[in-house]
Amino acid sequence: MIWTEVAGALWPARTWRAIGHALVGLPLGVLAFALTGGLPIGLAYCAGWSLLYAPTGDRLLTTTLVVLTVLVPVPLWWTVRGLTALQRRRFRALLGAEIPPPRPGPRGTWRQIGYHLLAPFIGAGFWLVLPLVVAGLRGDDRPLPVTLGLGALVLLAAPWVARGVARADTAAARALLGPSRSEALAARVESLSRSRADIVAATDAERRRIERDLHDGAQQRLVSLAMNLGMARAGLGDAPEPARQVIEAAHQEATQALAELREFVRGLHPAVLDDRGLDAALSGIAARAPLPVRVRVTVASRCSPVIEAIAYFVVSEALTNVAKHAGATRAEVTVDRSGDRLRVAVTDDGRGGADPNGGGLRGLAQRAASVDGTFTLHSPAGGPTTITVELPCGS
Amino acid sequence: MRIVIGEDSVLLRAGLTKLLADGGFDVVDAVPDAGQLLRAVAEHRPDLALIDVRMPPTHTDEGIRAALVIRHQYPEIAVLVLSQYVEERYATDLLSVQTSGVGYLLKDRVAHVSEFLDALRRVAAGGTVLDPEVVAQLLVRRRDDPVDRLTPREAEVLRLMAEGRSNAGIVEALKVSHSAVEKYVGSILAKLDLPQTETDHRRVLAVLRFLRA
Repeated sequence: MIWTEVAGALWPARTWRAIGHALVGLPLGVLAFALTGGLPIGLAYCAGWSLLYAPTGDRLLTTTLVVLTVLVPVPLWWTVRGLTALQRRRFRALLGAEIPPPRPGPRGTWRQIGYHLLAPFIGAGFWLVLPLVVAGLRGDDRPLPVTLGLGALVLLAAPWVARGVARADTAAARALLGPSRSEALAARVESLSRSRADIVAATDAERRRIERDLHDGAQQRLVSLAMNLGMARAGLGDAPEPARQVIEAAHQEATQALAELREFVRGLHPAVLDDRGLDAALSGIAARAPLPVRVRVTVASRCSPVIEAIAYFVVSEALTNVAKHAGATRAEVTVDRSGDRLRVAVTDDGRGGADPNGGGLRGLAQRAASVDGTFTLHSPAGGPTTITVELPCGS
Repeated sequence: MRIVIGEDSVLLRAGLTKLLADGGFDVVDAVPDAGQLLRAVAEHRPDLALIDVRMPPTHTDEGIRAALVIRHQYPEIAVLVLSQYVEERYATDLLSVQTSGVGYLLKDRVAHVSEFLDALRRVAAGGTVLDPEVVAQLLVRRRDDPVDRLTPREAEVLRLMAEGRSNAGIVEALKVSHSAVEKYVGSILAKLDLPQTETDHRRVLAVLRFLRA
């Protein structure tokens, strides 16, 4: 494999590929130019010329030209697609460059035509080297050193030219054959929102799993422990006082722990939410709030589990905030749905002046934003405070 | 008294069996899911079924659904449902079939052994026992109905009635006189528009009105 070694020593493989790419580029470019631009424009020109200046005897030719002018551009759209596929294959095979497919539509096709009209001129850039080579070799009347010098110059210049042409060609192809900038951005936004939705769903699933695990594990054990301690306590008729006290304390601790764990677990994700929906689940948190809470839910058809979970979280967190900071005597929760928006409002009659950057409220805003929801806080000093969250709820 | 238990946690199933046996009840069967529970009830025809809400396979409300089936098929069998979280929707479902011989309690209550056994007996005797948590949940529902016309004290009395307490129990809980409780109950029944003729179940009707509001 002496040849490849020599070639490899002379120019790296990348250069050879660029040269191949440029060599193929011109004929393919010319073909594409002819089919997309040359042929239709040429025919139109001929037809126009024939209509204006042709002698009356040439009516047949004129008619043929006019008909062709009308007919030839008809398959142009498909031709362009085929040519683009060929060009894309050239880039992949020879340069290893992947040109992403554009979005289907007329705008993309016009840009592709633009590339096909431009391609032969880019390709020609490299072919300019060939006359130089020929000139270098055929310098009969020149002294040998000049010929050698010219040859060497061409050899040195060729890789640069080839790579420059390849680079320019790739840039043009990316700009015109691939998706446009706004299309690429749109695709990126789409993929980002998809991955965000995946993360939100995964988090939701994780909360459910933790709730399930705690419910089936720790909670049942604690109930069992509390029950056993309760039985021990009941059966301690004549036990010595210290033993009785210890058991009683343990029993109280266990029931207390059970209540706390229940409180915590229900905050994660109540099973009744999946089973019966927001209305049923919200009365549970409202009932455990340390102040009177009215709940009014008018939602004709249910939203997705993720949206319901977020709405539940919003109410849960908002009521916790009200209890902690608002100094309120009562609160009201309203949930309604208009069209594809679920509106959750929590109002309290507290002192107002809530800080939207406080941990709890920021968390609510973030949770709403995670599904393209909106969060608004209305809390003038002196109250009342209203938190409104709107969530998308497509059916 | 013969009892069938439906509870999926092995630990609790064993614990409840022991607790009830010690309390003088006869546990004829203890099973881990709703299907087996229905079979056991059909086979043994117990006096009472003690049922966990969340059981396999879906771990949502199998227990409630099984309880409803039992209520429909064997109205004479009392049902006491236990749950980690009590939800008023489940309670309303249970009471929609029949209001006597039914109970719905938080699982924690089994730790208070004598109270729990007492609740069990009351349910078996045809009483209605609702956990205070259920009752608290019912109070937060927005409604435009006679229940809104009750004074806070009357609402409190109705809450205690819903928990299945007798007048004597309410006297004890509120630390008021017997006649005062009677007065409250009377005005509740009047405000809820329950006619005098229905003597036997007016209390239950009042509770139901309260639940369905």
